[in-house]
Formats: sequence, C-alpha cells, structure tokens
Amino acid sequence: MSKAPKEIVDSSRKIGRRGLLLAGIQLGVVTTLALKLRSMQVEHAEEYRTLADGNSIKVRLLAPARGLLLDRNGIVIAGNEQNYQITLTREDAGGDVEPVLRRLSHLIPISEERMTQLMDEFAKRTAITPIVLADRLTWEQFSSIAVNAPSLAGVQPETALSRVYPRAGDLAHVLGYVGPVSDYDLSKIEDPDPVLMLPEFQLGKVGFEARLEDHLRGKAGARRVEVNSAGREMRELSRKEGEQGATIQMTLDAQLQNYTAQRLGEESAAAVVIDIQTGDIVAISSSPSFDPNKFVRGISGPDYRALMNHDHRPLADKTVQGVYPPGSTFKMVTLLAGLEAGVINAGSRFYCPGYTEVGGRRFHCWSRGGHGSVDAVTSLSHSCDVYYYELAQRVGIDRIAEMARKLGVGVKHDLPMSAVAEGIAPDRAWKKARYDQAWQIGDSLNASIGQGYVLASPLQLAVMTARIASGKMVVPRLIHAIDGVQQPEPEFADLDVHPAFLRVARLGMDEVMNSSTGTARRSRIIREDWRMAGKTGTSQVRNITAAERARGVIRNDQLPWNRRDHALFVCFAPTAAPRYAVSVVVEHGGGGSAVAAPIARDILLFALEGGLPPLDAVPSDQQADMKARHEAMHLFTPETPRMTRA
Amino acid sequence: MSYLNYTVTHTPVGIRKILYLNWPLVFLISAVAGIGFLMLVSVAGGDVDEWAAPQMYRFAVGMVIMIGLAFVPMWFWRGISVTAYVCCFLLLVGVEVAGEIGMGAQRWIDIGPIRLQPSELMKIALVLLLAAYYDWLPLKKVSRPLWVLIPVVLILAPTALVIVQPDLGTSIMLIAGGGIVMFVAGVSLWYFGAVIAMAIGLVMTVMESRGTPWQLLKDYQFKRIDTFLDPTADPLGAGYNIIQSQIALGSGGWSGRGFMQGTQSRLNFLPEKHTDFIFTVLAEEFGFIGAMSLLVLYTLIIGFCLYSALSNRDRFASLITIGISGTFFLYFAINMATVMGLLPAKGSPLPLVSYGGTSLMILMLGFGLVQSAHVHRPR
Repeated sequence: MSKAPKEIVDSSRKIGRRGLLLAGIQLGVVTTLALKLRSMQVEHAEEYRTLADGNSIKVRLLAPARGLLLDRNGIVIAGNEQNYQITLTREDAGGDVEPVLRRLSHLIPISEERMTQLMDEFAKRTAITPIVLADRLTWEQFSSIAVNAPSLAGVQPETALSRVYPRAGDLAHVLGYVGPVSDYDLSKIEDPDPVLMLPEFQLGKVGFEARLEDHLRGKAGARRVEVNSAGREMRELSRKEGEQGATIQMTLDAQLQNYTAQRLGEESAAAVVIDIQTGDIVAISSSPSFDPNKFVRGISGPDYRALMNHDHRPLADKTVQGVYPPGSTFKMVTLLAGLEAGVINAGSRFYCPGYTEVGGRRFHCWSRGGHGSVDAVTSLSHSCDVYYYELAQRVGIDRIAEMARKLGVGVKHDLPMSAVAEGIAPDRAWKKARYDQAWQIGDSLNASIGQGYVLASPLQLAVMTARIASGKMVVPRLIHAIDGVQQPEPEFADLDVHPAFLRVARLGMDEVMNSSTGTARRSRIIREDWRMAGKTGTSQVRNITAAERARGVIRNDQLPWNRRDHALFVCFAPTAAPRYAVSVVVEHGGGGSAVAAPIARDILLFALEGGLPPLDAVPSDQQADMKARHEAMHLFTPETPRMTRA
Repeated sequence: MSYLNYTVTHTPVGIRKILYLNWPLVFLISAVAGIGFLMLVSVAGGDVDEWAAPQMYRFAVGMVIMIGLAFVPMWFWRGISVTAYVCCFLLLVGVEVAGEIGMGAQRWIDIGPIRLQPSELMKIALVLLLAAYYDWLPLKKVSRPLWVLIPVVLILAPTALVIVQPDLGTSIMLIAGGGIVMFVAGVSLWYFGAVIAMAIGLVMTVMESRGTPWQLLKDYQFKRIDTFLDPTADPLGAGYNIIQSQIALGSGGWSGRGFMQGTQSRLNFLPEKHTDFIFTVLAEEFGFIGAMSLLVLYTLIIGFCLYSALSNRDRFASLITIGISGTFFLYFAINMATVMGLLPAKGSPLPLVSYGGTSLMILMLGFGLVQSAHVHRPR
C-alpha cells in the first residue's frame, strides 16, 4: 500500500460526489418505472382489465391489395378482383365439421369428392386454422350464406382480392403468375412477412410477378378485434388499412402482344419486339401459351398434365429461357468480327463452289451449286455459307465470340423474368472448361454460321439486331414506371464497332429483303418509308448422317416434326431511322425465309402502324392472304384505359 | 493512526468475517430470489419441480459462492484484475474463432453443470480492471485525454468482440457498466457529454443507413426499432408480445388477481414468461403492490450497495461495488422498461427472478465481490 492517506481521502470525496449523482440518476429511472407502473396498474387498470376480461384482443392482419401491372398505354394487364369465399374453422364449429358441411351443401353445391377432400384437410390442420371451403362464389351464393351464418357455426363469409390476368395467355410467360403461399415458398424466405401466413395469400411464383414481389406485395394492415370466449368477433377496436403494392407500368404493349400471340398461332415459337431507341421490350411472346388465371385459382390435375405433356411445351418461356442455334442470323456477328479484325474489307471476295474442304472434311454451303464469287453484302443477301467458312478460318473463334458478346449474344440480359438464359458464345476457353477439349477448326466453321456450339435466345437475337441497327449498346428493359415514377430515359453508349462496318452489315440485311435475289425478298415491306432489313436463319436440329447423304438429303417436311429445322428471322425497320427490332424463332418450322420472315414482317408492321398492318405495305400477291388472316383473328381492342386502383 | 495500522487492527480475520457481511444485502437478495421462486411456481401452474426447484438449487450454490468470495481479501481481487480481464478477453476471442471455424454459433463454455458465457464474465472482469486502474491512477490525471483513452480502449475491445457475435444487448451493457465506473471515478463530465452527443449522431447515422448498401444493423434489428416505435407495425411478431404484455400488466390493477390466478391462458402468447416476461406475471398476479414491492427491493439493494461504496474509504472497493451494482441496476431497469413498453423489445432476464443459470451465477459472483469489499473495508 504505497498510497498516502491524504489521497485516499481525496478520492473518496470525489467518489462521494459522483456516487450521489449516480444515485440520483438511478432514483430518477426507478421513479419513471414506478410512475409508469402506477399509470398502467392504477390509473388505466380498468381499461386493461376490460381488455383482458371475458373478451380478448386479437390482432388480425389485413391483406394488402397487390400492385397493378399496366401496359405502356395504361391498360391493366394484371389486376385484382373481388373473390367471395367462405372459410370454416373447426374449433368454432364445435369440433365436428361434418354437420355444418351437410347444411352448407344445401346452399352451395359440394360434391362428395370435395367433401372427403375437405374432411381430410380438416383432419390434417389444427382446429383453429380457417380452411377455405369454397371460393369464387357468386354474389347470390355468398349472400345466402351470409344470411344463414347463425346456423352455420364457424363458417365465415369473407371477401378477398385475387389476382386476375385480363389478357389471359397473351402475357403469361413474361408476367408469370401468383399462387397461394406454400410451405416450400416459406422455407425459402428468411424471416417471412407474417402476411404470408394468411390463408390463400398470393405470392408471385414465376416471372415478373415473382421478381418484383417486393414492390408488388404491399404492406399488410392490421385490425384489433375483440373476440368472445367462443372466438367470434364482437367488435373491431381499431383498423389500419394495408398499403397497396406499387403500380408498375411496363414497357409492353398489350395490343401488339395480343397480335403477336395470334400471329404465332399454334406454332411452337417465340417473338421479341424491342424499341431500338429506348430498349423497351414492347412485345415478348412465347407460343403456345397457357392461361395464368388457372394457376391462380389452382389448376386441375388433368389441365396441368395436359400442359406438361404437350410436345410444344406451353409452360416454357421460349423467348428468354429457350436457346437455339441462331443459324444464319449469326452471320452478321462473324462478318463484323472479320471487318473489325481487318482480315477482310467490304470488297473482299471469296469463291463459293458449294462446299469447302478443311482438315479432310467437306463443309457444304446450303446452295449445292455454289454462289460463285461473293462479297460481304452478297454473303448476307445470299446467305452464303462458304464465305463464312473462309472468313472463320482467318478471323478465329475468339474474335467471333467477342463480337457476339458485344452484340448481346452469350451474355445474360438482366430482365425481371424467370430463368433468363445466358446462351453460348463459344470460344477456346469455353470449350476447354466445358468439355476439356481443344478447339477444332471445324468448330469455328460451324460457329461462323451459327451452328455447332452457338446458342442464342430470341431475346438476345432481338438485342443483337437492335444494336446493329442503331450502333448503340441497346439494353432491353421491361419497366417503364413504378408508382408513377418514370424510369430514367436510357442513354446508350456507342457500340464499340466501327460505324462503317455496321453500315456494311445493315446494307447486307437490307439486300436480304430488297435486292432481287435476297433470300427473304418475298417478305419485304413495299412502303418505302418503312423499308425493312432482315436476315433469315435456318438451323439444323440434327446432324445429317452420311447414310442420309448417300440416299440424298431428306426434305425437311418429310421429317417428323421434332427433327425439322428451326426457322429464324431477325429484322428491323425503317432502315432510314430504325425504330423496332424483331426476332422470331419458330421451332422446327422449316426455313427461316418461308416461315419466320412473314411472321416477323407482320409483327413489325403492326408495331409501326400501331394497329393492324395496312394491306398496301406488303407485295400485292400476299394482300389477299393477309386480309384473310386478319379476318380470322380475334383481336383485342382496349376500352378507355383503366387506371383505377382495385 | 496510520493507514497500515487501522488496516491491520480493525479488519476481521478468519471465520469471524461472516459477522461483518453486509447482512441486509444478503436478506434483500434472498427476498428477491424468493419472489422469483414464487413466480416460477406460478408460471409452471403450481409445479415446483419444473423451474422453481432447479432455480433454488442454483441460488443455493450461488449463495455459497457469494459468501465464499466474501472471505477473499481485497488485495487478491486487485492482484488478479488484469489476469481476469485478459483471460475473459482470450475466451471471447476463442469463442469467436471457434464460431468462425465451424463449431456453429456456440458462445459459451460448459463447466460442469454451469454454462458460462465469456461475454457475461467479461461484465465483471471489466468492472474489476477499471476499478483497479482508477485505484492506481492518481486522481489529478483522471481526466487527461491519454488516461481517458486507456479505459475507453479497455471497454471497447471486448465490446467489439461481443457486437460481432452479434449481441447488441450485451455490448450496450458492457459500455454502460464501464461507463458507470469511469463516471464515478471522476472523469470529467465533458467526456460523457461528448460521448452522448456522438451516440446520438451514431443513432442517426444508423437510421439513415437503412436500406443503403452499407446498412449498419441487421434487418431484424431495424424491425425491432420499428416495432418499438409502433407496436402495430408488426402485430404478429414482437409488437404482439408488447401489446399483450401491457394488457396483462395493466389488468393486474392495484392488488392483482392473486397467486396463480393470472389468466394463464392469456399469457400463453408470451413465449418466455418464465424468463424475459416474468415481471408481467408478477404484476398481473400481485398487482401494483407486488410490482412496486419488487421495485422497492431492487432499489434497496442498489441503496445498500451505494451506501457501502460511499462509506468505504478504499477507492478500489468503492468502484467495484458501484460498478457491479450499476450493472445490476441496468439489468432490472432494462427488463422492466421493456415489458412496460418503454424500451425496444430485447430478450433480457430480470435479475435474480428470471429462470436461468448463467445470469444468476454471474450476479452472485458480483455480489460476492461486493460483500468482499464490504467485509474488508478499511476501518
């Protein structure tokens, strides 16, 4: 103890002052606690006692209305409708639900099958869980139950909002759909919002609905109710309405989408329309489609199996999930890679004898007789394969892959849709990583004409076309405005490709449509101010075997459907000031020029006209066909745009 | 009479020390624990074995520990203060590293039947070290920046380890406990003013950070703040508990509904009524009288500790007593304020009453030190 007594005394005094100060603070806190206790237990005791005695307070959540989805013109493409439903809680029914169900069956039809199903359900769930007996009742049924409620213990008539898709199948793939929250959904969410536990609450399951769930769901409201010992509500003490989810205006055009869906018809096909200036996806359609409303209501087993077993795969979204060998629509990529690398110029010519031989293998041009001497522009307008075989050997695969990615093929576009595919722009490193094999020259030749390892989605092909047409890094988008707040107008950077080379590619695409020998001349637009440029593609689904070759190649239409070639077409218009880029893929459709091009042209015309394509825009020999087609369609005409919040 | 003289002649030795215990404190502690046993029986629906019996057993062990520690002379505590702090710190680092390496989120160490959380032990060790520091530090240096910085680092180092666990509640307790020792030791009030100003700034920054990529709290912690500000915002989660807790508490009225007469069914909503919400049960069954009695008992415990500290001329002993009683004060004040809806919901036990081994043992350990300080005070 080295401390002097003097200092001990000093420090004690200091502790004394501060100790008393601390004691004062602590006393203040204790007093606050005591006063709060007094306020609760003495002054407001009666109120609390009333709340606690006899009745008890329950907090019931109010489901928020889901945000609306609008098309670019304000047409509702996903809304909410009143759904009249009745629920039954076993505890309130006195434990035995069967007599109640029997009595109820006089008011609304309940089949025996449904009856046993419900009994199972009640046996599985706890006594206090309300179970939905029937929904989507008519107003008459609903009110007759409400009137008879006193004799139906535990039955609760309820109104709830349910998602409805007025355009049914037109936008099914892009919007996706909602469905009741499942245990599986809950298991995936960390710290789930209590509102998800409400019976029949709807959650975005796939597509845009799922990706924008957070915006669309809204915030739950709550009401505090007094219930008696039997659990029946006596009165409502307070009510806080939920907040509706955000209204999202999409870039889609419901009418164009409707036309596109009908123009694709029963084909297994996909079409994408992009506004070149803004990147707005104005239509994105996968065919055949399905009715998302069926999923919202709980699709029946047979209906679901029918969709699953359909060989045209209606549930798959072919626009972004589906990837296809792009075939000759890929030739712009190879051409631009060659021009950029400087291995050719626009005037460079290759001779096409109908085939070329590389490494002891013979690679055929689609034209058996050959194209003779071909330059850059005619290579596109005639779609000469040999030109690209030659070019591929000079430019190399890595530069082709790089150009593909620059143009948007083999890169994942960040759209709020489900399972957006990345596609494949193959190069040496990719093959090494994927197959652990060295790249072969034959692979380059196949890739140069969009065959072999190359895979692209219709979306990527549309982006590629938009970028070639504008020379800008067009980025696709689906959202126009959230809750009235416009997304910023995009400013696209210039594409890192020399404008002169892009002009060559565009000229080639122009000649595909408009030169007298162009492969898609038949599908041209004859109105000069809407002059159109495009590129056909026909991609093989199978390898032609030597045996087949020996027998003579079988005609495509003699093959079974699922082994026929894919028909592809990409285009844009007007050539003078490009506005829309369109890609169309028809699975196993046959030839791109015969099948895909007319479809793409018609969709493009609808987009340019803002309505049914004018007949005078197409060559006169096709006008009668087009007229007949229009008459067979049941097009949707919107009423005055509805902007009401449900 | 010199310091050495009175120390030698008037400090009790051997078994006689038991006569010099702070007996009122022992009785008060026992009384509070007794209320705890009663409530644990009530919560268990009259079943003694479920919670009350194990708690009584632990309390008995705790009592023995407390009295045992009271026999240990002050110089020993002073001597081990640095070692204790370093050991606790290493344990904290240890559980952190072990947690990282893949033993899961285990934050405790099992010693026989007792489960020790290093972060709980740290509360005592920190008080011990700070008391020793201010005992050693000449009074006139107390407020110099460098000498203020040292204890601040000593407080913040373990706090940082606890906050990453993440255990926000314990970190706040560590800071407040250490702060109390610094406050009583006489550090200039300007520092405290500055810290409070900074804390307000920090809170505002934290709230601003919400939703940004550098968000400083976890989502559930923000949610807790929301719930506190508006219990109906999360009506099925924490807000529901607070609303129901208030109803149960308020409905107790002046004299309560009587032992085991609290509407247990209504308390079923409270998941932790034998731990965090036990005060609600007391207030419902014994009303304002019962709740105030407990509050008065707690206040008396603090009062006797403060009296013992202020009448103790050994600076080290004073600081320990105040530091430990201050921590104890924080425990019950935070718990009560929470169930009354004055503070954001946070799982914290009611000291000596809530069921649970760790906090009881730490508290009895702390009171052992308080008793030791009382027994060995210079006379």
